[in-house]
Amino acid sequence: MSAELFSVFYQFADVFAFLILSAAGLAIVFGMMGVINMAHGEFIMCGAYVTVGLVNLGVPLPIAQILAALTAGIIGMIVELLIVRRFYKRPLDSLLATWGLSLIVTQSMLLIVGSAVRGIGTPEGSFAIGGYTFSTYRLVLFGAAVAVLAGLYIIFMKTRFGVIARATMQNAAMAKALGARTGRIYSISFGIGTALAGLCGALYAPTMTLIPTMGATFVVESFVTVVIGGANVLLGTAPAAVFLAMIRMALNASYGQIIGQIGMLFAVILIIRVLPEGLSSVLVRRGR
Amino acid sequence: MNSGRIVGMALLGAMLGIAAIDSAQAAEPPLKVGLLEDVSGDLAFMGMPKLHGSQLAVEEINKSGGILGRQIELIHLDPQGDNARYQEFGRRLLNRDKVDVLIGGITSASREALRPIVDRTTTPYFYTNQYEGGVCDASMVSMGAVPEQQFSTLIPWMVQKFGKKVYVIAADYNFGQISAEWNRKIMKDLGGEVVGEEFIPLGVSQFAQTIQNIQKAKPDWLLTINVGAAQDSFFEQAAAANLNLPMGSSIKIMLGFEHKRFKPPALNNMHATANWFEEIDTPEANDFKKRWHAKFPDELYINDMGYNAYNALYMYKALVEKAKSTKLEDMRKVIASGDACIDAPEGKVCIDPKSQHTSHRMRLISVGPKHEVTVEKDYGTIQPYWLGEIGCDLTKKNDKDQYTPSHLPSKS
Repeated sequence: MSAELFSVFYQFADVFAFLILSAAGLAIVFGMMGVINMAHGEFIMCGAYVTVGLVNLGVPLPIAQILAALTAGIIGMIVELLIVRRFYKRPLDSLLATWGLSLIVTQSMLLIVGSAVRGIGTPEGSFAIGGYTFSTYRLVLFGAAVAVLAGLYIIFMKTRFGVIARATMQNAAMAKALGARTGRIYSISFGIGTALAGLCGALYAPTMTLIPTMGATFVVESFVTVVIGGANVLLGTAPAAVFLAMIRMALNASYGQIIGQIGMLFAVILIIRVLPEGLSSVLVRRGR
Repeated sequence: MNSGRIVGMALLGAMLGIAAIDSAQAAEPPLKVGLLEDVSGDLAFMGMPKLHGSQLAVEEINKSGGILGRQIELIHLDPQGDNARYQEFGRRLLNRDKVDVLIGGITSASREALRPIVDRTTTPYFYTNQYEGGVCDASMVSMGAVPEQQFSTLIPWMVQKFGKKVYVIAADYNFGQISAEWNRKIMKDLGGEVVGEEFIPLGVSQFAQTIQNIQKAKPDWLLTINVGAAQDSFFEQAAAANLNLPMGSSIKIMLGFEHKRFKPPALNNMHATANWFEEIDTPEANDFKKRWHAKFPDELYINDMGYNAYNALYMYKALVEKAKSTKLEDMRKVIASGDACIDAPEGKVCIDPKSQHTSHRMRLISVGPKHEVTVEKDYGTIQPYWLGEIGCDLTKKNDKDQYTPSHLPSKS
C-alpha cells in the first residue's frame, strides 16, 4: 500500500517538476513581461547542449548545469538587447521575431553540431519500494523545481530588485518617473527567465535525447502552464502546475499517455474559457 | 547602357546558347531522381544517412557510366518531417520537375501521404524503410524489411528465450498501431500474452508513469516500437529507474542507432532483427562501409534506412537496364519475371513479383552492457511472403491498398 502511495506521489512530483521547470522561465518572460518568447524552447536546448558539452570536457555535472543556466541567461540578455527590446510595445511582433530566432537557432545547431549528440547518461542511483524501482535523479528534479519556486519568491518578493521589477512590469512609465532604470530591469528579468529555461534544459539533459529541436517537447507544456496560471508567477504558475500535474498523472496512470495529454489540454481549454485571466486572477483577488 | 555592354551581353548570350546546345548533343539528358528525405526536424538524425546513401550511390553510378549511358541528377528536397510538405514537394517533383523516379519518405505517415499522389502518375516510387508491411500498390517498390521478416523471426525468439508475457510501447500512428497488431497476432499464435500496450503520442519525452505501468504489469520482455528522438528518452529513463527488462524491436539499433547515441548500458539487452546494421562483418559489407566513411567521415552510424536508400538506386538501375526503359510498366515486366535482383552489401536481394517487396537476409542481433552488438542468429534469406499469401498479386491486379492482419483483401 505504501508503495502505491509513494508511487502516486513520485508520479505527481515528476509531472510537477517537468511543468514547473519548463514554465518558470516563461512565467517571467511571458507572464510578467508580456513578451511572447517563441524561442523559449531554444534556450532550453541551449542549456542542455552546454551541459553535455561541459560534461564531455570533464566538468562535473552539477557545475556544468549551473554554468549552462548562466550561459543561457547571458545569451538571453544579449538577445534582449539586440531583438526583444525593440518589441515591448508590440507583443505580436515579438512573437514573430522570436519565432524567427528559434528557426535560425535550431537550423544553425543542426548544421554546426549535427543531427544527434551522444547523451551523458543519468547519474547513477535508483531505489526500490515494493515492486517498483525508481530513479533517484527524478526526485532531484522535483527538489530543483521546488527550489526554483522558492528562489523566485525570494527574488521577486523579498529583494529591492524584485520590488522595482514588479513596479516596472505594472507601470513602466511611473517606475521610470520614480527613478527606476527600467531598461536594466527588463534586461535582467529577461536574463533570469532565459537562465531558468537553460536550467530546465541542463537538468533534463542527462535524461533525454539531444537533438536541435528538443526544446519543442517542452514548449507546449510551458506555455499551457503559464497561460492558465496567469500574470502572477508565484500565485499562478505554481498552482497551475499542481493542478495540471494532478490531472495528467491520474489520467496517465489509468488510461495511458494519450489520454493523459488530451485530458490535460482539455482542462486547459476549460480553464481559459472560465477564467480568461488564469488561475492567479482568482487567487490574487482572494488574497486581497 | 552603352553599346559595348550590349555587344558583350549578346556575345555572352550566344555563348551560353551554344554551350546549352553542345551539352544536349554530347549526351542524353540526365535521369532525374526525386528524393524526399528529412534532414531537419525531429527525424533528421535518421534522414541524414538516407540522403548520404543516395548521394553515394548516385556518385558511384555516375562514375561508372550512369544508367543506360545517362547520368543521374539527384533532386533532393527536405520535407522536415511534415506530411503536408511531403505532399507539396512530392507534387512538385512529379509534376514540375517531372522526375523519372521518386524515392524516399521516413515515417509510414509520410509514405501514406505520398502514395495517392504517386498513384495518379506513372512514375515509380521507392520506399526505402523497413515498415509495418502490407502495402499492395503497383507504383511502389519497397526496399526495406517487413513484419514477416522482422516480427515473425524476433517475437518467437524472444518468447522462447525470455517468456510469454510482453508489454508493448509503441508510437501512436499507423506504424506503431499496425506493428502492435502484428505483435498481437504472432503472440496469439505462440500462445503468449500481451500484458500491456501503451501508445505514445509523438514528441512525448517523459516516461516515469510508463515505467511504473510496466513494472505493475510484470512482463517478461518489452517490445519497444517507440519512434523519434523524444520518445527514445524512454531508454535513458528506464535505465535510470533500473527497469532492467529484455527488449525487442523492429526499429532500434540498426535504424535509430540508440546504442551509439545513449551512454551504455541504457540499451543493454535490446534485440532486433535486421537486414543491415553497421556491425555486419562480411567482405562486401566492409567494402561498402569503407566507401561510405570515405565520403562521409563524420557519419555516426550507417543505418539500415541509409543502406536501403543506397540499394534503391542500384535496384532502379538494374530494373531500367533490364527493361531498357524508364517506364514503370516496362520495369514492372522485369519485376513480374522474378528477375529483379541486385548484389547488395548484405548479399543478393530480389523483388517479389506479387507484392513488389524485397527479399532480405535477416539476422537477429543483441546489444550487450557495453553496447556491443552480437549476431545471435542468422535466418538466411527470407522472402516477403505475407502479401502474396493473403491474395495480393500485383502482376494481376493493382489494389492500391495497405493490408493488415485485421484488414485483409476481400475475396472476389
